[in-house]
Amino acid sequence: MTMIFGVPAAAFFGQLLLGLINGAFYALLSLGLAIIFGLLKIINFAHGAQYMLGAFAAYLLLNYLGINYWAALFLAPLIVGTIGALIERYLLRRITHIDHIYGLLLTFGLALIIQGLFTNLFGVSGNRYPVPSELSGGINLGFMFMPYYRGWIVAIAVVVCIAVWFLIEKTKLGGYLRAGTENPALMQAFGINVPLLVTLTYGFGVALAAFAGVLAAPIYSVAPGMGANLLIVVFAVVVIGGMGSIMGAIVTGLAMGIVEGLTKVYYPEASNTVIFLVMILVLLLRPAGLFGKEA
Amino acid sequence: MAMTETKSSRNTAAQEQKKAANRRRTIVYLVLLAIALIAPFLAYPVFLMKILCFALFASAFNLVLGYTGLLSFGHAAFLATGGYFTGYLLSNHAITPEIGIITGTIAAIILGTFFGLLSIRRQGIYFAMITLALAQLVFFFYLQADFTGGEDGMQGVPRGYLFGFIDLENNLAMYYFVLAIFLLGFLLIQRTIHSPFGQVLKAIRENEPRATSLGYNVDAYKLVAFVISAGLAGLAGSTKTVVFQLASLNDAHWHMSGEVILMTLVGGVGTLVGPIVGATFVLTLTHQLAQSAVGDWVNVILGVVFVACVMAFRAGIVGEIQKFAKKNFK
Repeated sequence: MTMIFGVPAAAFFGQLLLGLINGAFYALLSLGLAIIFGLLKIINFAHGAQYMLGAFAAYLLLNYLGINYWAALFLAPLIVGTIGALIERYLLRRITHIDHIYGLLLTFGLALIIQGLFTNLFGVSGNRYPVPSELSGGINLGFMFMPYYRGWIVAIAVVVCIAVWFLIEKTKLGGYLRAGTENPALMQAFGINVPLLVTLTYGFGVALAAFAGVLAAPIYSVAPGMGANLLIVVFAVVVIGGMGSIMGAIVTGLAMGIVEGLTKVYYPEASNTVIFLVMILVLLLRPAGLFGKEA
Repeated sequence: MAMTETKSSRNTAAQEQKKAANRRRTIVYLVLLAIALIAPFLAYPVFLMKILCFALFASAFNLVLGYTGLLSFGHAAFLATGGYFTGYLLSNHAITPEIGIITGTIAAIILGTFFGLLSIRRQGIYFAMITLALAQLVFFFYLQADFTGGEDGMQGVPRGYLFGFIDLENNLAMYYFVLAIFLLGFLLIQRTIHSPFGQVLKAIRENEPRATSLGYNVDAYKLVAFVISAGLAGLAGSTKTVVFQLASLNDAHWHMSGEVILMTLVGGVGTLVGPIVGATFVLTLTHQLAQSAVGDWVNVILGVVFVACVMAFRAGIVGEIQKFAKKNFK
């Protein structure tokens, strides 16, 4: 059997793939956080709950309306994103004029409500969501066995991340978004509807979280607490990468997933904590984060 | 001549007003103290001790949020660290409870220094995320470490004999000991806030660049405030462990960090009495809800209180009362 640094190759690549999958979720979630932060200047503490909502939306659509995975991949982000837009329009907008800490606290309260509501309705234990039949099974790559669905997650997450990067960096709408990040007052003076842009941006960030939730539904169990602990890791990822650049968020997310996967191979006891340790190291060596711009 | 006279008379008028305000404050404190002294004869002492521990915890937290403007999302780590160290020492070594509590507090101070040094490198929203992530690291440490009892926590911690001769198994003795610790912590916070050091903290909260330009080492001030806060949070955790004879993993969970924020927010951020009122309110609410038919809805209701506070009552209970008093009784 082939060995890599004293570990069987199959185990090594298996964990590497799991790491990549986690990294894909980190990338999608930190991307959404970065977009929201760019324009609203708040950290969305409800991001984990909204990721969970995405997974539950897919689960409910399948079980009550018979809507399959592929349709849910579009519908769930649309539904949850709309809820997000409403939250921005009727709650967050009312507190934009005060300290941004309150935005964080508000979204934290919302996360408690959403999570508590779903715990009461569906219990703490998870619900199963089947892998879509088109992607069941897998392929033997010679050095490891890869289930199709896991490969699909990594591929689609990277595609979506790059599409979002393209949207923000290369299109006119993205230009508005970047300008709004720099100077919303001036944008407003130029006749652009900034409040609408803010609402749509928050809705879009939330939709990205919900999209990640739908992707996660078939491999993790659909449970009310699925987003809470994940979100804290994503915060660490955001601190490591800094929220200066979109590409930075994507790269850091994937890289941290791989780091976590490799830690599982070589020192499993630390796999829960390695990302936090990397964060400490980054704070000591490069306080602004790997891709951060602020002083 | 005439001008100086009016000026001096105005000064004395201002001084009179200040004196009257001080007198009012003293009266409020004395009334609260009297209530605290007779409370164990009117209510269940263990619940009162829980309130005192959390009131100290929230007051400590308020020192950084209310008076320095730093939102820490990791204060659970200090509460738990105080608790675990005290619990471990009291369970495994023949020492008196006060030594156990002091050691737990020192452990929290050391952890707080470490947290502070790392987290004040970044500002604002990053500060909250870093403290949250560091606290999660501490949570996993306590979950996996050998001495903590994992998810069960450390159970059956002996209360022991205070100074070697006062039996703390007696709830009344325990209560007055906890009250003494609380008052000590509260006085320390009160003195900190009203000292020149506290004035600089407020200046940093209001306008950090200006404080920097006036030559203050802003980071050093923030660090000291953070460490004091962490130490007092640890003191609260240590005391809580002795009271409940339990060091629990729940104390290290991020939920606890959120709860202390809620207590401070409900009571009134940046007011001295606010966190005490807030802790009493939140604990009484959760206690009552847990016994009622809607027990499962505690988290949802706390979330609603959170949102309501942020949207409508940002000054908190004490802050709103102060506003009301200022408007109507000038």
